[in-house]
Amino acid sequence: MTGERQNRLILPAAIWGALVLAPYWTPLVGGYTALGTRVLVLGLGAMSVNFLLGFTGVLSFGHAAWFGLGAYACGLALKYVAASTPLGMLAGTLVGGLAGALLGALLVRRRGIYFAMVTIAFGQVFYYIAFQWNSVTGGDDGLRGFARQPIDFGLFRIDLLHNDVAFYYFVLVCFAIAVAAMAFILHSPFGRTMTAIRENERRARFLGIPVELHIWIAFTLSCFFMAFAGSLYALLNNFADPRVLHYSLSGDFVIMAVMGGMRSFWGPLLGAVIFVVLQDYISSVTVNWMSFIGILIVFIVLFFPRGVLGLLQQRSKA
Amino acid sequence: MLQLLFFNITNGLIIGAFYALMALGLSLILNLSGVINFAHGGFLVIGGYLAYTLTPFLGFWGALVVAPPLTAIIGFVVERLLIRRLYGRDPLYSLLLTFGLAFIIEDGTRQIWGAQGLPVSIPAALSSPLSNDLFFITGYRMFMVAIVAVAIAVLFVLFRYTRIGVRIRAGTLDLETVAALGVNVGALRSLNFAVGIFLAGLAGVLAGGQLGLEPTMGDGLLMPSFIAIIVGGVGSLTGTLIGGLLIGVASGLTAVFFPSASEAIIYVMMAIVLLVRPRGLLGEEGMLT
Repeated sequence: MTGERQNRLILPAAIWGALVLAPYWTPLVGGYTALGTRVLVLGLGAMSVNFLLGFTGVLSFGHAAWFGLGAYACGLALKYVAASTPLGMLAGTLVGGLAGALLGALLVRRRGIYFAMVTIAFGQVFYYIAFQWNSVTGGDDGLRGFARQPIDFGLFRIDLLHNDVAFYYFVLVCFAIAVAAMAFILHSPFGRTMTAIRENERRARFLGIPVELHIWIAFTLSCFFMAFAGSLYALLNNFADPRVLHYSLSGDFVIMAVMGGMRSFWGPLLGAVIFVVLQDYISSVTVNWMSFIGILIVFIVLFFPRGVLGLLQQRSKA
Repeated sequence: MLQLLFFNITNGLIIGAFYALMALGLSLILNLSGVINFAHGGFLVIGGYLAYTLTPFLGFWGALVVAPPLTAIIGFVVERLLIRRLYGRDPLYSLLLTFGLAFIIEDGTRQIWGAQGLPVSIPAALSSPLSNDLFFITGYRMFMVAIVAVAIAVLFVLFRYTRIGVRIRAGTLDLETVAALGVNVGALRSLNFAVGIFLAGLAGVLAGGQLGLEPTMGDGLLMPSFIAIIVGGVGSLTGTLIGGLLIGVASGLTAVFFPSASEAIIYVMMAIVLLVRPRGLLGEEGMLT
């Protein structure tokens, strides 16, 4: 019992330690700070997907839509409304989250593979809109002409634009807030009903849990987290293009979650580390990186469906 | 105006026939195996490029006959080696597997045939317009629609009157009972998968003649095919056929009045169907929900 308790403390402590010190140790192993920031942002996206997939058992294969909406709304707010980083993030989170809430209401009666198919198809709507609506979104070339702004605290001011390390820590704080909110929800009574629905939907219904409503709430929350991550992504790149809305990014998020371990809270972050670093490395050494990623996905699905953390948990139990 | 309208409706029907051909293949695989085949667009591309490679040796007609079965054989091998390992597991895994396969196929195509688009020459007999007034109805377009119609008719006849066809339909409704009656479900699924891929390969050959070949050409057809299935109703092949034609015509008609929305209209149709009749036009209640 005490051993298990220690484990529960050691893993998060190690993760937070590694994240806080990342700007100092990543250059030593050949990384760079912006890559670390990318891992955090995409990792938050993967954790948001897994909030729904791993803890409610609902497979959305179109979550890039909310991520991309967050990114575009953040960029557009920065470009046209006011040059303020918090305002952009607020706009991104609200637009993506509310759109998710709206479409989620159409989806909640569907389950399993049908749900996945409908989310894929709906996700692509926003891709086409961003692609076609040239005058606002910049079409295929993407949305340019905005940049993250310094944050003014009165006493001091943080320059996010030119200081990569400062921006990393800004993203880390945002990440920590979102992750804490996720953990809080999962440990709340509501979070327990999510797991109950995953484990046995019919039994959950008999216990009086309004299953559709709870799935809709979980879906909506997950969309808000996703859109929050998306707005951070726009800030990271100072740019947004239609690919952030494409279903292949949705697939990337799901594969990160599966690769790290769907049933664990931190798994998707680990998956994101592996996926983002591998993609960065492979695409720098070969033009055939798509094949490598494809083979990696096939390999994981066939041989490591429980992911890295799932494998470790199995080991420690055996 | 009338001519423009007619032009776009014809266009929509032709595109719709394509959507239906793709969607029928997807639908077959989804119904019997519970697999959303993300690589379906990839198989379409393989069919088109195989025909391109075979044309110098066999001519256009030979390639048209040989390329789809070859694609089906590739599909059969993929099902045997990879996809069948995932039956009975969470559908998430087969979805991810075909997602990865789509990556591999797209990149492989680029590696073998090059990233540049390739033109496909069609026989002169098919490439001339039928009349001056109806310049848009070329022989090739009529020919495409005819082939698609024949393929779909043959499929429906096979499913209605042959033993295997009846077994596949029965398996869609209740796989366990079919297995208990002594049918080799594994073989049935492989065969069914190959038939689905055959349709994708055929669509690829025909699309190549109309649009030319590109490694990403399957992408644009995949989403409308999903939507055709959702609109028509999961579990019903007739529904899928109607769904495909319907969204084709709808996007053709929208192109007359509001061209930039011709892509978005099919999503609007899907939203309406989900709102008003969630199981789709001809869908069975309780299928894959």
